[in-house]
Parts: sequence; C-alpha cells; structure tokens
Amino acid sequence: MSAVIRAEHLSKQYRLGVIDRRMLYQELQSWWARVRGHEDPNTPIFARHARVENGTCWALQDVSFEVGQGEVVGIIGGNGAGKSTLLKILSEITPPSSGRALMQGRVASLLEVGTGFHPELTGRDNVYLNGAIMGMTKRDVRARFDEIAAFSGVEDYLDTPVKRYSSGMRVRLGFAVAAHLEPEILIIDEVLAVGDAAFQQKCLGKLGEVARAGRTVLFVSHNLSSVENLCQRGIVLKGGQLAFDGTQTEAIAHYLDSIGATGVSLHDRKDRSGSGELRVSAIEMRDMDGRSTRTLFAGQDVDIHVHFANPQLRQLRGLTVQILVKTQLETPVFTHSNRLNVLDFDDLPSAGSFVCRIPRLPLPVSTYRLSFIIAAQSGAAERAIDAMDNAFEFDVAGGDFFGNGKLPKITNGVCLVPAQWRMEASQPAAAPATV
Amino acid sequence: MNDSASTVPPVWSRVLEPRKGWLDLRLRDLWRYRDLVALFVHRDFVAQYKQTVLGPLWLVLQPLFTTVVFVVIFQKVAKIPTDGIPSILFYMCGITAWNYFSDCLTKTANTFSANNQIFEKVYFPRLTVPLSIVITNLATFAIQFTLFLTFCSFFFLKGAPVQPSWRVIVLPLLLVQMAALGLGAGCLVSALTTRYRDLTMLVSFGVQLWMYGSCVAYPLSAVHAEARWLLALNPMVPIIESFRFAFLGAGIIERWQLALGVVESAIILFAGLVMFCRVEKKFTDTI
Repeated sequence: MSAVIRAEHLSKQYRLGVIDRRMLYQELQSWWARVRGHEDPNTPIFARHARVENGTCWALQDVSFEVGQGEVVGIIGGNGAGKSTLLKILSEITPPSSGRALMQGRVASLLEVGTGFHPELTGRDNVYLNGAIMGMTKRDVRARFDEIAAFSGVEDYLDTPVKRYSSGMRVRLGFAVAAHLEPEILIIDEVLAVGDAAFQQKCLGKLGEVARAGRTVLFVSHNLSSVENLCQRGIVLKGGQLAFDGTQTEAIAHYLDSIGATGVSLHDRKDRSGSGELRVSAIEMRDMDGRSTRTLFAGQDVDIHVHFANPQLRQLRGLTVQILVKTQLETPVFTHSNRLNVLDFDDLPSAGSFVCRIPRLPLPVSTYRLSFIIAAQSGAAERAIDAMDNAFEFDVAGGDFFGNGKLPKITNGVCLVPAQWRMEASQPAAAPATV
Repeated sequence: MNDSASTVPPVWSRVLEPRKGWLDLRLRDLWRYRDLVALFVHRDFVAQYKQTVLGPLWLVLQPLFTTVVFVVIFQKVAKIPTDGIPSILFYMCGITAWNYFSDCLTKTANTFSANNQIFEKVYFPRLTVPLSIVITNLATFAIQFTLFLTFCSFFFLKGAPVQPSWRVIVLPLLLVQMAALGLGAGCLVSALTTRYRDLTMLVSFGVQLWMYGSCVAYPLSAVHAEARWLLALNPMVPIIESFRFAFLGAGIIERWQLALGVVESAIILFAGLVMFCRVEKKFTDTI
C-alpha cells in the first residue's frame, strides 16, 4: 500500500494579538495607552491558555503520520485538539508554520457543502460554480451533470434560483456536487450532521462507495459511532499533538480514556424545568466493573446512574423517576421508570443516585440521547420536580448481542430483540411418504 | 520517520509547506482554475443585474444621470470650460472611463471581506476573484462605452466640433492600464481593510476624492499652469486626458506624464500583488 498523504512534523502557530486586532482606532488606542504607561485595553482576555507563550498559540505541534491509499481514517479529539487546523492545512486553506505535508492526487475537502452557492443563480449554474470552486473544470462537471442532478433529488428545480430552495434542497445539491468530485483524497468534516435521515443514509452509502473505490478518506467527527462504522483507522489529537494512531476501535477507546468519560455535570445546564425541590446533578453509565463510560456495547449489562442532590432533605411522595432514550434523529427507542417496577423511593438522602440496570443492552450501533423526568405525586395529579431533554449522550460502538458477532444496523430497527427461530412442518400436507 | 529530501518519491503531486515567498502568485494554479474565473464573471454579471430594481438599465442610467448632474453643477453653475467640446460628451467621456477604474478598485477592495466564508472553506487561487472582477467590469464598460459612442455619433452628425482620430486604437492600452491600476490599488486597500476593518468606510469616500482630482469634471487645461504638475502625479489624469484626446480631440498630453502614469500604475500593481499575497497567506488565520 503506497502512501498518499504524508505529514512531516506539521506545526501551526497562531498569533493571538493579530486575531483580536481589527480596528485602526483600537491600534491607536493601544498605542496611546502604552505611551501613557497604562494597561493596553485591547489585550485578549483568552491569553491565559495552556499552550500560549509570548502571545502565540500552537494549534498543532509536530504532527507526523502517513496515510495509505484507500484508507479511511477517522480523526478524533476534543474541542481545540487541532482537528480543524489539521484539515485546514491539508486542504490548503492555511499553510503550516513549519513542517510539511505531501499529498498524492487530487484533494477535495468537504468542510461545508454548498460552499459558494449564489442565491440569484439557478441550481444548474450553481452546480457548475460549486464544482469549479472545488477544482473541477466545466468539462468535468458537464460529464457528470446528470448523475449529480439525479443524486441530489432536485432535478425538477434546476432552473430555479437557489434562493427559492429550502435549506435541505441546498444541502442535497451541495453534497451531490461534492460526492461526484471523484478526488483521490476526500477530506470530510462533520458533513453528516445535515439533511434528513434518508439523505444521511444516502451520504453514508456514498462514503462507503468512495472508500471501496480505493479512494482515501480523512473523516473528522464528534460522532464516535460513525467513526467506528466508517473508518478502519483512527488518529487521536490532543492539545495539538498526535496522541494515538491505530485501529479506529483502539483510537476511540484511547480518546474516551483520555477525556475520563465520566458522568457529565448538569450543574450549568439551564434548559431544565420543574419545581427544583430535588435536582439531578449528573447522569452516568457504568459497566459491571463499576467503570464509568459513554461507549457501550450491545449485549453488555449496564447501570444508568441518575445522581441527585437533595440538600434540604425534602421527602417527596410518590416519586417517579423516568428516563427516555432517543436516537440522534429523535426517534424514541424506549422509556423506563420505577413505576414500571412498582417501586417506591422513600427516605431520600441528601445526595445519592437512582440506578436503573439494563441487562443485555438491546441497542444497535449508533449514538443515543437520554432525557429524564422526575415527578412527584401532588394530590391526584403529578407535578414535575426536575426534567431535562438530552441530558446525556452515549454511543453503542459495537458488541455481540446474539452471541455470534452478528449485529443488525440501526437502519433496520432501533432495538435488538432476543428471539429464537425454529421450523415446523405443516402436518397433513407435507408429510413425506418415504418415512 | 525519515524525512531527508532524497527519500521523497517524485510522485507527490502537492507539497504543502510554510509559504515564505513574498510574491508567490501561483500562476500555474491560476491557469488550472481558468474556468472558475469565467464562472465568477458569469455569476457577478447575473447577480448584478438581478439584484438591482432596474436591472441592466441601471448601467445606462447611472452615467446619464451623472452627466446631467455634472452639466448642471460644473458647467451651468461653476462655469468651468470643457475644452470647446459639447459638455455632455465631455463629461460622459470622463465618467465612462472613470467608472471602469473605480468599479475595479472598489470591488477588488472587497475581495477578502466579501468572500471570507468561501476562503475559509475551500482552496482555490484567491487571485481568481479580483481577476474576474476586472473582466466583469469590462462588460459593464462595454455597455457604457456603447452609450458614449451613440452620443458621440449623434453630436458628430450634427456637426459639433468633435474630432475622433486614429488615436482611438490606444483604447485597449488605456483599459489595461486602468485595470492594472484599479487591481493594484484595490488589492492594497483590501489588504489594509482585512487588518483594519474601519478603513472600509473611507474607501468610497477616498475614491470620490480621487475622482475630483482626476480631471473627470474639468479639463486639465482649466487648471492653473503652475498646479498642473501636481495633478500629473495622479496616474488617472493622463489616462482620462488621453481618452478624451483620442475620442473627442481635445486634451493636454505630455509624454513624461504618460510615462510617469505607466510607471506609477506598474508600481501600484506590483505593490498590490505583493500585499495580496501576504494577506492571502495569513488571512484565514487572522479573521
């Protein structure tokens, strides 16, 4: 396998002072302050950053790796880890400060689909324009125009100005152009976050096709399950440096370890409702060894901890603790509550957790969101105590639910059902004569 | 990892390195993206006439109205002579030429702020944008120039003292010089406005001031002889005077002024391109 991308000690340095200085009058203001010996009123406040030295910041530091032809590589890392900077360098939007990157073949980046669409131009004109911005010639676009139009699904509106398109139609058209660029190297950043479910599915299919055609894909995403699904290799960036390079599964595990995937505090979340007599402080998932995790595997047993704080030691009658799990596309998967167990929570301590054990997690690979509602009996009715949508996000990254390594995809159904097959012959008709 | 130069196979089609050259125009890339220039021209032209209420008609009305205003103010009120040429033709000639230059300048000056979003997402040679602006404006110029020629022939047939000469063949040269000057000055301004946003407001004001110092609304002959050398420092003065001299047969042209104008235009274009390259390199890091 020959290398098509080689990054050699890539580094990128940003100068902080320059980022914040935009007005000539501010420049003069700073100068005047210096002259009088005052503090510069325009000093960037964020200058207290770990990687900041002398007003410069290393967004990327000495990153080296090689990518072979046909590899699909996921790049993961937290905010500010340098993912976007790396992609910007590789797609030539910004030059590196030192080091170099060598590329083989045509590179196309999908940092955002539909880049450069002009609202006054028709869909057709925009396809040509967008294609040209991405580096295609008119002839290239003309040769693929019918395919692009068919893939976008907006064939009937190609002579309508794009300003009359819905945002969904624009995204489709943009992705259709991008998907037909046929570059040797494709760089994708979070592009799957757009469009409806059916279109996302189409895009994933196209990506798979691109990868099978021997093209190289660099894929940056916060969605760990799509990295798990699409990529064969993962690169973890941390603080601008290469922290890990290996298979995608190992990379995800490394990343989750490094961020200490514990329960996320809900302290600062404002999007909650309810009277607040009791507050949920965090949601956490633990495996049977008691390890906190956000990445689960189908078929494993898991405890969902709903941590709460009850400093005034309030006693609430008829407490209902309910959790709801939805897919990223807001399809409800299941709900559960202590009422379904006919269980009462009495004698609430000042802090603790409600724990819900799910044996053999019956979920296919995807990312899920968990919401909760806590309510109490108030006369004949119930009143909300604390409730929050999408309080916790977790991934199912694989697993062995059926004990044979087979795992249906989420597109075929949002849950896995343990079932047993057998065959029965119909008694009268099928009885063979030769017994 | 072994990173000595000798191990790099010759197959790498793209080498991304820190950009150090101060005039790194990437002309080969520019040629590869020539279709993009054509599509930008198409886009700008379509967008321009779709976005104004009067559409393409505006392109004709603008010089007409300006001419009328100039006739009223500079001829009727201020009584500034027009070298013996019918005042309408005199002003329209200057306005047509000036419009091409000022459009090139003001639109090029917006290159980075207007395309900020695309520049942050995709690589293509940034020079395609100002280049397409200069070409788009050529189409606008053609329309306004046709209007001017129509008026010219009308006055000519009426027997007005208008003497177009063989010298009209210099028109392409004048256009090239105006394009170079507009592009260069626009690039300089665009480089400055990405650093200091508040300068944007000064641009249209500055262009207007420049017009009043460029013999658009008065002939060079109406200027005090001792003050002429000062105006001659402005490269637009010999251009507009030549334009009038070629098409209308009146104007003061001196060789040294023409030569100075060409040298100044070349310097401004060069400086503009150097600044453009500088900004292009750092632009996505600073905005």
